[in-house]
Amino acid sequence: MTAPWLVVGTVPDEAHGLLQGPCVLVGVNFSVGGTPLPVRRGTPALLAAACAACAVLGIGPPQALLAGDAGRGEGSRRAYEHLCGVLPGLSPRGLTFHYLFPDLAGHDRVLFAAQALPKRPLLVADAGFMYAAKMSGQAAQYDLFTPDAGELAFLADELAPHPFYTRGFLLGPGNPPDELIRRAWATGGAARHLLVKGASDQIVFEGSVVAEVTGPQTQAMEAIGGTGDTLTGMATALLMAGHDIPRACAIAAQANRLLGALAQPTPATPVAELIAHVGQALLSAIERRNAPGA
Amino acid sequence: MRLPFGWGDKAPRSTQKPVAGAGHDKGVMAFAHTAEVIRAEAALRGGGLEVRVMGPPPEMRTGCDMVVEFELMREPQARRLLAQANLAPVAVAPVRAGMLEPVSLFQTKDFGPWLMVRAANMKLTVDKASRVIVNISGGGCPDVPALAELLVGQTLDAAPAPLSRGQTLCAYALELAFREAQRQLPERPRGRP
Repeated sequence: MTAPWLVVGTVPDEAHGLLQGPCVLVGVNFSVGGTPLPVRRGTPALLAAACAACAVLGIGPPQALLAGDAGRGEGSRRAYEHLCGVLPGLSPRGLTFHYLFPDLAGHDRVLFAAQALPKRPLLVADAGFMYAAKMSGQAAQYDLFTPDAGELAFLADELAPHPFYTRGFLLGPGNPPDELIRRAWATGGAARHLLVKGASDQIVFEGSVVAEVTGPQTQAMEAIGGTGDTLTGMATALLMAGHDIPRACAIAAQANRLLGALAQPTPATPVAELIAHVGQALLSAIERRNAPGA
Repeated sequence: MRLPFGWGDKAPRSTQKPVAGAGHDKGVMAFAHTAEVIRAEAALRGGGLEVRVMGPPPEMRTGCDMVVEFELMREPQARRLLAQANLAPVAVAPVRAGMLEPVSLFQTKDFGPWLMVRAANMKLTVDKASRVIVNISGGGCPDVPALAELLVGQTLDAAPAPLSRGQTLCAYALELAFREAQRQLPERPRGRP
């Protein structure tokens, strides 16, 4: 039996406590461990996109550990503690960390617990957990971060403990992404691979851009909450299916752009309308990558 | 007392009541939770004090945290205002090197009928004609999805200020984007196009 892949994140309703179990997506209905959850943005959007992608890839969906946390951080702390307890028994082959309260002490305990497993899982981090991973000084222990442009500037600022404190000289237009990518790796703020979401999506290995995905362009995607989550969700599914990291990132980036082309959204479109197109977008992206000369 | 964000392990231990040092112009107040920082800032500003929210010095940083910078000479007044709001700092210290300023740069993108404002890692998009918030994107702290559910669909006037409900630095960044959107899209007097 294949070891599971666990996605760890939050839902903005503290009444949920901790939820753990397999994810199920049927039509627009999404649930974790039998508990129905709305898909608006955040970790449910990541998981719904991952489920839809897994379905077309012919593999089972990821497991999820979700904490009810509306920002106080208590739910995230419970998730960190619970995760440290269950990791040895679960022995996941991969972990994707997402919207979690960036708690340095909690991060460190989780990372050490993952590193202590007999077989080290692949480590993917986005959102709040990525912030904590960068601040801990242990970003290079991670296999993949998925920052957007603002978060890339934060990763490149060795002094900033959170994107809120990113220094202005890194945020302005005078810093091309290549320079921020190089700086992030050189100062210890980047994972070994980055998938940088932007006007062009860049796939990075140890501070150098190894691939770029530039089209199709759908301007409105930048404004839609959850489009970064769908990208991380599809990348997770492709890693689960056994693709190497650069290829998984390139296909996911291409598919996310195709979501925009298929859904033709406006800046007011909710992300749930995009997730309906994940299957078709992913198949088209794989076809493009497999085409001769791609 | 166990402090959030691992502060109990990191902060210098002292049995004395925290008192700011003399002879410095500025001091910082740290609180047990980011939400208290947000409330403290409002209480101190409401009382007429000039305060700023800043990133804590390196030895105090634990993740999603911030401190309130204030004029040290006004510490008694500040403490009174905080007490009236049922708040008490867990530490007070003179300003030292290494403080970080919150972002102050905004980036805007015009989508025709919609305007997107970005502050740090948070993006807020507004329908220019109706001033309705149509989307919130970015961020990584767990209150972002909750805030998005509260704000999306509301006008810039009817929506609650993100800081009134948020708990984290992402909420603070969203507040900055929200205020900037209000500034760029002011309410038009009734009856005028």
